Amino acid sequence: MTDSSIPTSKISEKSSVQPPKREARLGFSTPTSFLRAMLAVVWKDLAAEWRSRELVSAMLVFALLVIFIFNFALELDPQTRASLTSGILWATFTFAGTLGLNRSMAVEKDRGCLDGLLLAPVDRTAIYFGKTLANMVFMLLVAAIVLPIYAILYNVNLWNGGLMLTILLGSWGYVAVGTLLASMAIQARTRDVLLPILLFPVAIPVLVSSVKASQAFLAGAAWPEITPWINLLLVYDVIFTAVAFMVFDYVVEE
Amino acid sequence: MSNAKPRMLTVLDVVTIIILTAATLMVFLYAPTEKTMGAVQRVFYFHVSAGWVGMLGFFFALVAGIIYLRSHNRKWDIMGVSGVEIGLVFMLINIVTGSIWAYPAWNTWWTWDPRLTTATIMELAYAAYLMLRSGLEDPERRARFGAVYAIIAFVSVPLTFFSIRMWNTIHPVIIGSSDPSAAGSFGMTPKMTQTFMFSLLAFSLIFADLFWHRIRLGQLAAEVETRKLELAE
Repeated sequence: MTDSSIPTSKISEKSSVQPPKREARLGFSTPTSFLRAMLAVVWKDLAAEWRSRELVSAMLVFALLVIFIFNFALELDPQTRASLTSGILWATFTFAGTLGLNRSMAVEKDRGCLDGLLLAPVDRTAIYFGKTLANMVFMLLVAAIVLPIYAILYNVNLWNGGLMLTILLGSWGYVAVGTLLASMAIQARTRDVLLPILLFPVAIPVLVSSVKASQAFLAGAAWPEITPWINLLLVYDVIFTAVAFMVFDYVVEE
Repeated sequence: MSNAKPRMLTVLDVVTIIILTAATLMVFLYAPTEKTMGAVQRVFYFHVSAGWVGMLGFFFALVAGIIYLRSHNRKWDIMGVSGVEIGLVFMLINIVTGSIWAYPAWNTWWTWDPRLTTATIMELAYAAYLMLRSGLEDPERRARFGAVYAIIAFVSVPLTFFSIRMWNTIHPVIIGSSDPSAAGSFGMTPKMTQTFMFSLLAFSLIFADLFWHRIRLGQLAAEVETRKLELAE
C-alpha cells in the first residue's frame, strides 16, 4: 500500500506531526489543496466536454429517444401520463446517466489518462470527487434540457422547486455510487454491459425514493407525505458518498 | 496446508445431517397445524431459516471484504466469495419457499410488495457480484473489486430487513412487533416456537458446514492455481 491510499481523515491528523516539506511535496494534506485538486479534475472534464461535446450530446439524444420509446410503448394519454411522469423522467435520467458514467470513465482508461491522474501527487479521493462532480454536472445539464422538452411535448408544468430538489439529491446519490462502480466496471473484460448490472440493484433505493418524492411534489402533496422519501434520499446520499470516499483508494490502487 | 479433509468437518457433516433430519421431522410431526392457513404454514420454519442463512452469508462477505481491503490476504477473498455463494442459494430458497406459501395465503405467487422486491433486488445485486468477478482475470484485482462491491451491496441488505417496518407491507412480521393487519400473520404457540428455533439451529449448522466446505474448496483451487503457475515457469 502506498502513502496516498491512506484515508484523508488520518492524513489530516498526521499532517501536524510530519514536517511541512514532505506534506507539500505529496500535496494532499490541506483542505485547500484537496479542493484545488478536485476542482482541477472537474475543470478538466468540463473543458474536455466543452471542446468535444460528445458526452452530453450523446446522453441528451439518448434521453430524448428513451422518452419517445416510452411514449410509443405506453401510449401516454393524458390520464395515465399524470401518474407516470416522474417514473418516466427518472427512468430516462437513469439510462442516460449510465451512458455518461460509463463513457466518462472509459475515456480515462482508453487513453491512459487514468494512470496519469493517479500519478499526480494529489489525494486520490480528490480525483473521485472531481469525477463525481463532473458527472453530476452532466446529469443536471441533461435534466435541465430534458425537463423543458418534456414539459412542452406533454404540456405539463414541471416548474416545481420540490422536483428540482429531488433531482439534485437523486442525481447525487446516483452518480456518487455510479462513478465508483464505473471505475471498477471499465477494468473488467465485460465492461460494456457490466455497469448497469452493478449499478441498478444498488441504486434502486435512490431511484425508488426519487420517483416517489417527485411524484408527490408534482401531485402537490403535503410536506409530511414527502419527508420520508426525502429523508431516505438524504440517507442514501450520505451512505454512498461515505462508502465511496472510503473505498475509492482500493479501487484504483495498483 | 494439509489437503486431507479435517476430522472435525466430517463430524460437522454428520451432525448437520442428523439435526436437519430432526428439524424436518419436527416441522411435519411436532409443530401443530396452524388454524387458518393449514399445513402450508409449515413452510414458515424453513423460509425464515433460509432467509437467516442468506443474510448471514452476505454479512460474512461484508466482513471478509472489509478485512481483505485492510490485509490483502487471499484467504479473506475466499471467505467473501463463499459467503456470497451460500447467501445467494439460500436467499433463492427463501424467495421460492415464500412464493409457495404466498399462493394459498395471498392467492398469488408474487406481489410487488416492498419486502419481496427488496429481497429479489438483493439477490440480483449479489448475482452482479459474481458477474463482476467473472469479468476480471487478475486474481488480486478480482479480490479487491469483489470486496468493494460486497461492501456496497450490503447497503441493500439492511434495507430489506427494515423495509417491512418502513413501508406498508403485507408481509407478516412474526418475530418482534406483529401488525395484525398484515395478511397471513399468526401468533406462535410454544411448540411452534421450539420448532422454529430448532430450524434456525439446523440451518445455522448447514451454513457453518457449507461455509467450511466452500472455503476449503477455494483454498484448494488457489493452491492448484499456484502449482500450475509454478509448472508453467
